[in-house]
Amino acid sequence: MSKFKKSGGKELPPISTASLPDIVFMLLFFFMVSTTMREVTLNVQVKLPEATELTKLEKKSLVSYIYIGEPKPQFQKVFGKAPRIQLNDQFASVEDVQDYIIAEREARSEEEQKFMITSLKIDENTRMGIVNDVKQELRKSAALHINYSSRKRVER
Amino acid sequence: MAKKTPEVPAASLADIAFMLLIFFLVTTTMDVDSGLERRLPQWVDPETLENDDQQIKERNVFVVLVNKNNDLLVENEYARIDELRERAKEFMANPFNDENLPEKEPTEVPFFGTVDVTKGVISLRNDLDTKYGTYLAVQNELVAAINELREDLAKSHFGKSYDNLDTDEQKAIRTIYPSKISEAEPKKK
Repeated sequence: MSKFKKSGGKELPPISTASLPDIVFMLLFFFMVSTTMREVTLNVQVKLPEATELTKLEKKSLVSYIYIGEPKPQFQKVFGKAPRIQLNDQFASVEDVQDYIIAEREARSEEEQKFMITSLKIDENTRMGIVNDVKQELRKSAALHINYSSRKRVER
Repeated sequence: MAKKTPEVPAASLADIAFMLLIFFLVTTTMDVDSGLERRLPQWVDPETLENDDQQIKERNVFVVLVNKNNDLLVENEYARIDELRERAKEFMANPFNDENLPEKEPTEVPFFGTVDVTKGVISLRNDLDTKYGTYLAVQNELVAAINELREDLAKSHFGKSYDNLDTDEQKAIRTIYPSKISEAEPKKK
């Protein structure tokens, strides 16, 4: 009777999968763009402290990282349990900090150098002694803009 | 004539793309790094430092000491970390011009005219054995105190949040409430 009525009982045609690659590629590009790959493998355990007054580190390319914490269990046989500094992929000593900062600075263009930030990722149970040493080294190498990396604390 | 090359099948394209997609899904960390931003003072040679020991009046300094047991001594009395913010705010603002709280100096500030700007300085000293977590919590409270004062001023004067003000207005507010947290080097034993 109605001319829109399908002649009954016919099976649905299968959904075309031709556009599936396009959809997947779209997702793929989204993730590729938004990804920040972990550049270093952590050799130290870092449990960040909590804070409320946080600023975001926006320009990733301007940030250099310094990690301080207890060596991971597999390194504890060699390096012991005392907190150590990690620069790039290796354990380092306090004296290496200046060289690291200079190397980081060399890697940036001249205009970017004055906007460089050093992000300190320090375990909350570290004693201040080693942290102070690192801070003095940073002052000596004129890397004055620092960021104490911390997690967001939920307000009580 | 060369044989015609058969068309490359596109059916496996989706699988390849899926594989890549899963790889990126797994390796992605979306969280943005954030933290407490500070500026270190310029490096000064210790020898030149001893010569010009500049004197700051006792009432202008807010002394915070943290010992190796992570206890706080604020202006020569024990304090807890949760009291610190209020104490620091009271010190920096000095609303009733108290004798024991810092002096003020009339300064010309754009948007505000002549305002009394505090001469107070917060001095933070820690022990070498202080835990970093405690140290950062103290720093956080001090920064929070100054941020709250700025926020209040921005709300009452401009009717906007400090973050929404333009650069000049922010600068004016920063002149009134400067972020003066000085960190003395810990005493060597």
